[in-house]
Amino acid sequence: MEAYKRVALARKKTRPTGQDFIDNLFTDFIELHGDRCFGDDPAVICGLGHLMDMPVTVIAQERGQNTKSRVKRNFGSAHPEGYRKALRQMKLAEKFNRPIVCLIDTSGAFCGIGAEERGQGLAIANNLMEMMSLKVPILSVVIGEGGSGGALALGVADEVWMLENAIYSVISPEGCASILWKDASKTKDAANCLKLTAHDLLELQVIDKIISENHRDFKNVYRELKIGLYKCFQKNQALDRDQLINNRYQRFRKYGAIESMTK
Amino acid sequence: MLSKGLFKKPKNELEAQHRIKRKTDPAIPSELCRSCPSCKQLSFTSDLESNFHVCPKCGHHFRINARQRLNMIIDQDTFVEQYHELSSTNRLGFPGYDEKLEQAALFSHENEGVIIGTGKIDNRKVALFVMEATFMMGSMGQVVGEKITLIFEYALKHQLPVIGYTVSGGARMQEGMLALMQMAKTSGAVKRHSDAGLLYLTILTDPTTGGVTASFAMEGDIILAEPEALIAFAGPRVIEQTIRQRLPKGFQRAEFLLEKGFVDAIVPRSTQKETLTQLLTLHGIPKGGDQNGSI
Repeated sequence: MEAYKRVALARKKTRPTGQDFIDNLFTDFIELHGDRCFGDDPAVICGLGHLMDMPVTVIAQERGQNTKSRVKRNFGSAHPEGYRKALRQMKLAEKFNRPIVCLIDTSGAFCGIGAEERGQGLAIANNLMEMMSLKVPILSVVIGEGGSGGALALGVADEVWMLENAIYSVISPEGCASILWKDASKTKDAANCLKLTAHDLLELQVIDKIISENHRDFKNVYRELKIGLYKCFQKNQALDRDQLINNRYQRFRKYGAIESMTK
Repeated sequence: MLSKGLFKKPKNELEAQHRIKRKTDPAIPSELCRSCPSCKQLSFTSDLESNFHVCPKCGHHFRINARQRLNMIIDQDTFVEQYHELSSTNRLGFPGYDEKLEQAALFSHENEGVIIGTGKIDNRKVALFVMEATFMMGSMGQVVGEKITLIFEYALKHQLPVIGYTVSGGARMQEGMLALMQMAKTSGAVKRHSDAGLLYLTILTDPTTGGVTASFAMEGDIILAEPEALIAFAGPRVIEQTIRQRLPKGFQRAEFLLEKGFVDAIVPRSTQKETLTQLLTLHGIPKGGDQNGSI
């Protein structure tokens, strides 16, 4: 399938959102609000739930399911307080030795006056740094759109998975076309060049696994995710904590590592 | 061609932007004099050079390259560069990227957008990275990310503080997700260095934006900035396009970030070496070590 078709599928309005995944993956879910500093960001849902019999911390980006909720959720584009709320919950997960599930679906961190005034860059940077050394298993799944730094801020994990029709990109194809070629009609070409599909990214080892999709029915997706998450957490909970953190460091250390570069 | 809104009164400055004619500078040989982008006054290049490339009239900091910065802060002949030879390849086969890399190398006389190594400041040994704006606007691809990671790993091994000068347009889109991954990789290296109790100082210079702001630029124990430097996650043009408003004057400048609590201090170029020395002293970084900062 052409890359741009995947972009359209990943952004489709009828595609299940973070909330749908929470409803279908976890039981006894309780949402926990606020960053304890500035406010509560509705673009990120945080909470606790059971993954089968395992208590886990859940962090999900939510773009909204209808016009009203999309506006409330700011179309899934988080402000710094969204990332700080996520980090607060991750620190609690570490304290109580709970694995963390991150569900990524955002066109990007919000670009606006308030977001800049409250330190969007710092909020993302802090998440990257802290997630790198959290002493509990983390698994991130890109369920829709993985938009650049705003997505990566929940994507420093032991394993990163993607749904078959999800995308994950350094910049939106529209942004790339307008910056590089000053031509919005080149969006499709940009989508191809950026290597943003699940298959491309598996080949580049940016992700570890693809969850196959039948886009009319997500039941199979939920089932595969539930079992997959559970098994992965079981495996990683058994690891020595230093080993767990070292594995995570090495997972990201390999991109562009000196031995892989030749010239 | 007649444009539709030709007689429409512009609602705001953004709409009116395309009507403002650009003033052209008078023709003066570029090597003799430079006009200040801030106050428009002309200064002799030699005067600028002796004044840290700062406008003597208004204090505007001209953009300078990485080697000029090194000369300003490192004790003479103590800098030992590492991994100078690393250069990028077009792994994704991105159209036009090979040519861009070639042009950037010719234009900047560097192999990539960052220089790393060790040197001495007031005879105290430090590890350094200095980003280079003339190489594709200091954008971060795999080599930039790798070199920054390598210097943090070196500093951790040899128990050295890291001093970093940032200037960047963000992640390099021609390297796709492999560029974005550098944000996580460098952050991991900073974290390991930090957990070992070692000092990391950043000096943010004009402009520091995007994926670099959202990773190692903002991860310093102490974050300094040059006067009036643009420091942002999303650049002003992107924000204006998103919210359709003109941004307030001074928005995202170093002074604005200081007021909002995101940088520790603004330090003009003329006192940077002094300030760095003071901070190194206060953190007990010892004088001496080996003779010439060699590895």
